[in-house]
Amino acid sequence: MTTVVASFVRDVVDPQVQIDAIGLGAVYALMAVGIGLVFGVLRLVNFAYGQLIMAGAFALALASEWDWPVWAGIVLCFAVVLALSVALEWLVFRPLRLQSPAVMLVATFAVAFLLQSIALLWFGPLGKPAASLVTLNRPVTIGSLDVRKVTIVAIVVAAICLVALVLLLERTSIGLHMRAASMDFTTARLLGVRANRVIASAVLISGVLAAIVAVMLTIQFPLVTPGFALQDTIIVLAGVVVGGMNRLFSATLGGFAIGYVSGLLGGALPTDQSQYLPSLLFGLVILVLLVRPAGVFARGGGPVERV
Amino acid sequence: MSGDPLLEVEGLVVRYGAVPAVRNLSFAVGEGEIVGLIGPNGAGKTTTLLAIMGGLPVASGDLRLAGKSIRGRAPEEIARQGVALVPEGRRIYGDLTVEENLRLGLAARPGRSGAADDLEAVVELFPIVGEFRRRHAGALSGGQQQQLAIARGLAARPRLLLLDEPSLGLAPKIVDVVFDALAEIRRRGVTVLLVEQRAQRTIEFADRTYLMANGELRLVLDPDDAGDTDRLVAAYLS
Repeated sequence: MTTVVASFVRDVVDPQVQIDAIGLGAVYALMAVGIGLVFGVLRLVNFAYGQLIMAGAFALALASEWDWPVWAGIVLCFAVVLALSVALEWLVFRPLRLQSPAVMLVATFAVAFLLQSIALLWFGPLGKPAASLVTLNRPVTIGSLDVRKVTIVAIVVAAICLVALVLLLERTSIGLHMRAASMDFTTARLLGVRANRVIASAVLISGVLAAIVAVMLTIQFPLVTPGFALQDTIIVLAGVVVGGMNRLFSATLGGFAIGYVSGLLGGALPTDQSQYLPSLLFGLVILVLLVRPAGVFARGGGPVERV
Repeated sequence: MSGDPLLEVEGLVVRYGAVPAVRNLSFAVGEGEIVGLIGPNGAGKTTTLLAIMGGLPVASGDLRLAGKSIRGRAPEEIARQGVALVPEGRRIYGDLTVEENLRLGLAARPGRSGAADDLEAVVELFPIVGEFRRRHAGALSGGQQQQLAIARGLAARPRLLLLDEPSLGLAPKIVDVVFDALAEIRRRGVTVLLVEQRAQRTIEFADRTYLMANGELRLVLDPDDAGDTDRLVAAYLS
């Protein structure tokens, strides 16, 4: 028992495991922002977020099959994810905006299963490989560490996206309007803040982040199946709740934290026991929520309103 | 009424479910006037303001701004047509800074031209707002928050300012500050519809005051009627 624990601890502090865990945390943080932004203005948990990423990943796989250059595949991925985000906003979010959170949540479940079923019909259960991006998954050696290029890219891109988002939210009018709308939408509208513009902006930014995540996940897991990013989305949703859903900052930290912990556990668990990873992770989630139901990074410890 | 009507409320009916909160209410506010709206709790004053602002559905009747119907428009559209509401309870964004709250007031303006000058003019009227620019609005006292709420409404450079109980819960000294500011706002030519609980002070201050009870218009009062407490009490208790 002692040796198992000692080996576990040794693996957890191993720099190789650490850097991979930070890389996964960075990708999950971006997903958390994408989910948190839309939740902020619509009080809607977009369960279909993973399927947006899946659609982007299939766009990359198709571009690879058609021998398109990598940049063209990435452009196609962005186009598909943004088009789907806008369609989702027009056809589902906007008409249902004033309905109860339960109605909206169930609607996003429906959208998620619809998109997944379409993928299943078009591409089959085995999916498609996105081979052209595979070079980015090769490692570079830094000292004694083998760091995959995508890990570096993920960390840098996530950092740039988060800084850009903070600047947008803090320094621009639309950012201020989005923050106000997520705190008190009724008053924001009375002040002249355009509801549709704020919601469209949040959905669009969330879509851009989904496309970025699609690219990064596809590099790491080049076989794109209809269930692509589904488990990641569930984990990130748990992370967002654990972090504290009511504030974008705490939701993002929650996303990063669950990605990081998931990466650590994944790196430290022996390969033949990796099936225990989700159980361990969600066991931790339940434990944390029992202690701090409003979220680890939320201010105060009181129950969360309106969730 | 001295000027052309800027706001006309005609046969307004607003219901919460089956319960009527405002019944067949008609009145007008002329350009440049200050009009008071008083009455006991539950008279329908706040409901009337929210209906004008598009925040509640109108069951029947019409609302016109400078002759054009605004009934059924979204709140943000009405705000952009030049109506600003300083809501009951202030509805300040406590997690945002004082300056950010003020900048939110600019949301209703069609463009940004002249915004900086208007913000300066607002700060001149409420120096406290300028002094605490960088502070979180949640850290301000109730009176300071009320001043910020009015300043935020004025930042929109509205044609019509709707004020919902601006003196509620304030110390008498701060109430004086608020009414002084309203006098200055009148001098600047902004049309005001003022909902208040302080009946006598409102009657004295406004060009004309409507008294509502039970969702209906009961009395129209001039500043000279401020001393007529018997009539007021009778109307309140009716």
